[in-house]
Amino acid sequence: MGIPLSYYLGLSATLFAIGVAGVLTRRNAIVVFMCIELMLNSVNLTLVAFSAYRGDVAGQVLVLFVMAVAAAEAAVGLAIVIALYRNKQTVNIDDMNILKW
Amino acid sequence: MTAEPLLFFLLAAVAVTTAVLMVIQRNPVMSAIYLIANFFSLATLYLLLQAQLLAVLQVIVYAGAIMVLVVFVIMLLNLGDERALAERINLRILAAVVVAFALLLELLYLFTGAGAGNGSGALPPASAELGTVESIGSALFGVFLLPFEVTSLLLLAAIIGAVILAKKRV
Repeated sequence: MGIPLSYYLGLSATLFAIGVAGVLTRRNAIVVFMCIELMLNSVNLTLVAFSAYRGDVAGQVLVLFVMAVAAAEAAVGLAIVIALYRNKQTVNIDDMNILKW
Repeated sequence: MTAEPLLFFLLAAVAVTTAVLMVIQRNPVMSAIYLIANFFSLATLYLLLQAQLLAVLQVIVYAGAIMVLVVFVIMLLNLGDERALAERINLRILAAVVVAFALLLELLYLFTGAGAGNGSGALPPASAELGTVESIGSALFGVFLLPFEVTSLLLLAAIIGAVILAKKRV
């Protein structure tokens, strides 16, 4: 394996930054949601890379937990999106300001 | 053996391209499809890193279960009118891109640049037995038994919460 660890870390940093840009720019709640999944995946890539290069299985077990949390987050988050759509007929997060001061 | 760097750069290019396309795509369904492509390229990267079980789980859990849920909600809400969500290039989007780019530079400096300490070089690769079901399972039911059990509680709470949140009348 001739690929340095820093290449994997650089790739995951790039994916994370793209996810952050998506969360900050997009106004569709579901797309914001998918960008959060992208950020979780980039962190998973970091964990797997560290796990492979250090020969420690703990990183991969942690990725399993991240996947479980992501599944729970997807179920609850999409239920919140459905509840909000039922109340306000929109998924634009600029219209969802009832918790704002 | 020489194909590995080539494969890595190809998969990295696919992952970054699909991620960017996901963010700039107007149609949420197309965004979801690009995200699925991104998940597949990440799964192949996991295979390069000898994480076979995680590669399979990435396809099943992320590209399968979670994305089916997302696409299902997109179809359920029937977001036909994209004009209502028209996103213009304005100061806020510019600021967001600048902030994300600054974060990228920080992360790259930390991971690969002068800020990286020991471990930025090519360390000895892991053995192929690292990512098998056997090794992960023995760690999961040994050292990580308590977090594993707590995860089941988390999933139960998520199921109940999702059902109650999505109900018509609470």
